[in-house]
Amino acid sequence: MALTKVGRIAMKTLNDEIKVLNNVIVRRNNFVYTPDTKITVQGEKTKMNMFQSINSALDIALRTDDTALVFGEDVGFGGVFRCTLGLRDKYGKDRVFNTPLCEQGIAGFAIGVAAVGSTAIAEIQFADYIFPAFDQLVNEAAKYRYRSGGTFDCGKLTVRAPCGAVGHGALYHSQSPEAYFAHTPGLKVVIPRGPTKAKGLLLSCIRDPDPCLVLEPKILYRGAEEDVPVGDFQLPIGRADILAEGSDVTLIGWGAQVHVLKQVAQLAKEKYSVSCEVIDLVSILPWDMDTVCKSVKKTKRVLIAHEAPLTGGFGAEIVATIQEECFLHLEAPIARVTGFDTPFPHVFEPFYLPDKWRCLAAVAKLVNY
Amino acid sequence: MSVMNRSVSVLSKNIRNCFVRRHVKRSLSSEAGPLFPGAKTSWTESFDFTGKHSYAPIPVYRVMDRRGNIINPDEEPKLPDETILKMYKDMTLLNVMDKILYESQRQGRISFYMTNYGEEATQIGSAAALDLEDIVYGQYREAGVLMWRGFTLQQFVDQCYGNKDDRGQGKQMPIHYGSKELNFITISSPLSTQMPQAVGSAYALKGRNRVVICYFGDGAASEGDAHAALNFAATLDCPVLMFCRNNGYAISTPVEEQYGGDGVAARGPAYGMHTVRVDGNDVFAVYNATRRAKEYALRESKPVLIEAMTYRVGDHSTSDDSSAYRSPDEVKQWSTNDYPTDKLRFHMESRGLWDKEKEKEWQQQARKDVMAAFQAGEVKHKPHWSVMFDEVYKFVPPHLQKQKADMKEHMDKYKEHYPLDKFDGK
Repeated sequence: MALTKVGRIAMKTLNDEIKVLNNVIVRRNNFVYTPDTKITVQGEKTKMNMFQSINSALDIALRTDDTALVFGEDVGFGGVFRCTLGLRDKYGKDRVFNTPLCEQGIAGFAIGVAAVGSTAIAEIQFADYIFPAFDQLVNEAAKYRYRSGGTFDCGKLTVRAPCGAVGHGALYHSQSPEAYFAHTPGLKVVIPRGPTKAKGLLLSCIRDPDPCLVLEPKILYRGAEEDVPVGDFQLPIGRADILAEGSDVTLIGWGAQVHVLKQVAQLAKEKYSVSCEVIDLVSILPWDMDTVCKSVKKTKRVLIAHEAPLTGGFGAEIVATIQEECFLHLEAPIARVTGFDTPFPHVFEPFYLPDKWRCLAAVAKLVNY
Repeated sequence: MSVMNRSVSVLSKNIRNCFVRRHVKRSLSSEAGPLFPGAKTSWTESFDFTGKHSYAPIPVYRVMDRRGNIINPDEEPKLPDETILKMYKDMTLLNVMDKILYESQRQGRISFYMTNYGEEATQIGSAAALDLEDIVYGQYREAGVLMWRGFTLQQFVDQCYGNKDDRGQGKQMPIHYGSKELNFITISSPLSTQMPQAVGSAYALKGRNRVVICYFGDGAASEGDAHAALNFAATLDCPVLMFCRNNGYAISTPVEEQYGGDGVAARGPAYGMHTVRVDGNDVFAVYNATRRAKEYALRESKPVLIEAMTYRVGDHSTSDDSSAYRSPDEVKQWSTNDYPTDKLRFHMESRGLWDKEKEKEWQQQARKDVMAAFQAGEVKHKPHWSVMFDEVYKFVPPHLQKQKADMKEHMDKYKEHYPLDKFDGK
């Protein structure tokens, strides 16, 4: 009797699920997503959130490349974030399939697929679970070309992994591991800020001649929506985007954090009449020093914000380069607002994140230095 | 130049040695079998692959039939009535707790939950066969083991809320329980990482009359850590019970896509481990298997692999909707057939231990108890925000002290923007 009831609850429709999830996300979001106006790709557009735009990119990759394979844990039924929804039905289970539950296996298998010239698009269910695959990615994928003097490569490899805070993910569903991979010559690492960027970057990574890691901020899968070009297009790896021009402070971030920074720019303008330039780094490896340094030479003050911990975070690399390239231009020490040097905590997430108030306080310090 | 000369002379000596070896008379072993160090085996002169066809699948050990009757009286565990009653009450209390906490997640009161429906007997049967001194490494669907050991409803609820009485200080997602007193290592979300750790603990505890039990799923068994754990356990003679809860699914992935062989049990003999496959929905069978595995592990200082066959009746978690990948009919079949609590209740009723009236009374009591814990847990504050900096290290190092101080300064100035009303003030 009780069980039938249980069964009924367990069988609640997907709609209920989305409603609840959305409630949680809206309540806990520490930013507001505003549709991308930076990207100007021509052609028909339709409203998509980020899991739908990624689905669209994968669909195009499978359609335009007969050798392309899409696989990972639970990918067959659409993936836990729904990015591969419908693709198995469309392209068959030989091309879109579940793997056994083993990240090192997924990465190694994907490298092998790519090493013989097929296109491998692998999903690691959460970036937090990429570490068993670390050896395959760092020692194998990244070094395949170099160690053979270019005889072999696995450039047709792309690994996708959801990263970042989501409101309730705690230690193992929230991490942003970009800095670990930034320390790995041979890999390319990108992080999209929304649906359009995700689609264009993913298609670039899939077609790039080097192995790529796409870290997808999972909060944006459902929490970001905009008109996305339905056709095939690519956006450059290694180039940052200036999302808002400004003259007093340069704010640098990536992924979901750029939306926090956009709000910070707004608040700084309203509260302190400070004009902020907002840069989305987009690409962690390689990264766009030119755009960053040009902006810094103009504003002379810099804030870098990321969710990952402070020590050894990718912000540190940017700081080092800025002081090398722009030393005499700086009017204040470069500020870093980041997650703390602790594991990512569950109930303390609102205090852990580099939210708009922590960033705004840092902006105030920069201009009053 | 002299280095070169020396090399040449070493080289020519090596070449000379080769010639000497060639002229040594062959001495043939009198041993008829193969001498290879890699396997103690025999020769064969007829070619055949070894495969699925070479072995029958490992049978499923059971004690009760579907109606709760003991099939072979010799296998009845002959437990005292109060133990059987505790088994049933813990299994059903787990159901009631799951129901209330699942619904509370649906209402947004807690952020996440995982139910144990269908796997009550794997948890309670194995827990009952062990002693409190035995160490438990869980995966995440073992709340029943903790319940058996005495974790209170309040402790479960407090952890799910991450409130100030949560032993884990609100740091982990709901259901990541742990208890030092109950020898239950705190749950960690990454799969299979607990497996080699359990083996290491068992090695360290050798000779102290304790075993370690390690729970893992059919999906987790595919991780590299699973292989490492089983191989270490066997080669280093560790008194560990590797307990697989084979519930048919790893989130959406059915076992047919998880492995090609005869389940997880078939791997045991390949590693050189004693292995048993058991009906995970038969609490007495699980009890017997675990009891005997423990006795053997202690007597021989060896590991045992137990594969408990069961079915995950609930969704994987509250983030999952299993109707997207399995039919309601399939789930219904398992919730009406062979359901672990039903099987035990039939047995208890036939022995006169239980009846409709008692069931009704108990269900009411269980619900009342869970609701009381739930309501008490909900109103408790979460720990002070600065607790986030504790327990990263034994002592807070200077760089973290600085970050904490910076955050305090920030909080003093911007406190109106933070949900401080839900957190402890000091």
